This record gives sequence, C-alpha cells and structure tokens, in this order.
Amino acid sequence: MSESVAPPSSAVQPSLTELFHAFVLVSISGFGGALPWARRTIVEKKRWMTTEEFNETFALSQFLPGPNVINFSVVFGSRFGGAPGAAVALAGLLGPPLIIVSVLAVLYESYGGVETLSRILTGITAAAIGLLIAVVAKMAAPMFLKRWNSAPVFAILAFIGVALMHWPLPYVFLGLAPFSIAFAWFKR
Amino acid sequence: MNDSPLTSLLGYFALLSLFAVGGANAAIPEMHRVAVDVMHWMNDRQFADMYAMAQVSPGPNVIIVALIGYHVAGFAGAGVAITAMCGPTCTLAFFVARTWDRFKGARWRMAIQAGMVPLSIGLIAASAFVLAHAADRNVYAALITAATAAVAFFTRINPLWVFLAAGLLGLSGWL
Repeated sequence: MSESVAPPSSAVQPSLTELFHAFVLVSISGFGGALPWARRTIVEKKRWMTTEEFNETFALSQFLPGPNVINFSVVFGSRFGGAPGAAVALAGLLGPPLIIVSVLAVLYESYGGVETLSRILTGITAAAIGLLIAVVAKMAAPMFLKRWNSAPVFAILAFIGVALMHWPLPYVFLGLAPFSIAFAWFKR
Repeated sequence: MNDSPLTSLLGYFALLSLFAVGGANAAIPEMHRVAVDVMHWMNDRQFADMYAMAQVSPGPNVIIVALIGYHVAGFAGAGVAITAMCGPTCTLAFFVARTWDRFKGARWRMAIQAGMVPLSIGLIAASAFVLAHAADRNVYAALITAATAAVAFFTRINPLWVFLAAGLLGLSGWL
C-alpha cells in the first residue's frame, strides 16, 4: 500500500499483489459477466474508487472497442500501477477463466456428442439467452423512456443490420457511428 | 500462408476486436457469421453450446473466443484467439486512458460517448436474437428463456441458480 506514489483521490492504494488478487477474485466470482463483481470489489469492499470514479472509468472502457471488463482492468490497473499494474490486473482477470474453460473445451471436444452433456447444455443455453435479453432490456429502458431522442433509432438500425440483414459488423458500425455521434453532438 | 487456421484466427479476431464496441456480447453475431457461415468452423448447435459454456464459466464472457480457437486449432488456437481479441484493444485502452482524463467535459468526448451507447445496445439485442436462432428451438426451451429473462429483469436472484435449474431440466430430458 505504501509504495505507490500520489494517490489519485481515494486514500487507499493497492499494491501490485493486491491488484492481482482483487482481479482474480472478480474473475472467479463473476458468473454471467464480471462487471457487477468488479464494482462490488473495487468500490464497496476495497474502496479504491468512489462510485463516480468507477462510473467514469467504466464508461471509458465501454466505448473503447474490445471486451469492456478487459479494458476496464487495463485502465484501472494503469491508473494505480502504470504498465505493470495494467499487466497484473489483466492477468488476474483472464488467468483463472482460461484454465477453467480449457478443461471445459477438452471435455466438450471429447464428449460433445454424448447425449447427457448436450441435454444439460440445451437447458443452460436457453437460460443464458434469457439472461442476455434481461440485460439488454435493462440497458435499453432509459433510452426508450426519454422523449425527443434519436438514440432508439440507431439502436434499432444496428439491430436490423446485424440480426436481420446479416451484414458484417464493421460495415454496420462504420455506417451508423458517424450519424449517431453527430446527432449526439447537436442534441443539447 | 492464408490457409493456416492460426493465421485466420489471428487476423479475424484482431479485426473483430476493433469493432466490438459494447463488449464481447455485442460481437456474438459477427463471431457466429464468420465461424458458422463463412469459415464453416462449426455448426449452429456447436456455436450455441460454446456460448453456454462461456456463460457458465466464471469470468469475462469474451472467453468464448478461447473456446472457438480451441475448436479450430487446439490449445495454440485458444491462445492465439484470446491474444488477438484482447491484445490490440488493451494496448489502445492503455494509451487512451492516459490522455482521456484531460478532456473530461469536452463536447466531442461527450458526443462520442452518447453516440456509442445506442449502437452497443442494438448490437447486444442482435446477439440475443442470433443466439436464440442458433440454439435448439422448442416450446420448453423458449419457456426457459422467457422465465430466465423475467427472473433476471424483475428480481435480484443470482442467475447461477437459474442456470442450475435449467441444466437439471435439460438433463431430465424435458427439452
């Protein structure tokens, strides 16, 4: 704790070892996504960031391309420990699930055709899709409730392009992003 | 050279990661399009199974790319896929994080943030749609999907319990 220089704002400063342990913990607790556990560990338990700092840091990770929580670990780790901090946070987050998923992959490729495993996975797949629907509904709710707002149009266009038209993601993204950003710019 | 599965995994996931705004879930339809329709690495059913395995494993959902990589080229494939998916964007995140804080409150920064949100929501909704089509479809599976969505939306119950129940229902041969 004591070796870090100039704390950004909060009083408690994690060391590299603590950073690694925290992200291992976030990773192995994070069933169905690591975000809720990242917030719980960093804001509520360790108090390394305030709620506002966490929200701002996560917003940055979210609009950067690539997996959100992975980006978050890099941004968070680099803020507290520079490049080594980013590296240990990332390693802590990715290491344990990589080991677990390797075991699953070997089992699946060897026994994937086995009736029992595929029956269990049929049930879990159905539930996993339901969970994803709930998450997207929660994220979209504020956008659809606000009046005089162009955002739902862009969400629906992105959905149509990718889900119904099966257009490649880069085209859909590059086609819509400039307009979406322009509308956000002029909306004030 | 272009025929090597490792080369295609590397090039494909590195490119994909740069457009994956909204996280791994937003990139699912594109992964499905390439892995099933374009490259014929696997069928619909196998893709849906891999999504389920990534969901029941703890940790970030992006881990599905390691499963796809393993399916294509074993452990080397898994390593290449996850490195390609995370490497370029982590490097970008590292450097952007250092400059971003200086522009807090700048109008262009807020416009970019606000403009990205609807796109990422639309892409995640598309993921749910594509996965629902790739999975085995019958009335009971649809009921489980609807029930899980309702439980996760209206309650704070840990989704893991629902996964457990759904896995047991599947095991019982109901689906």
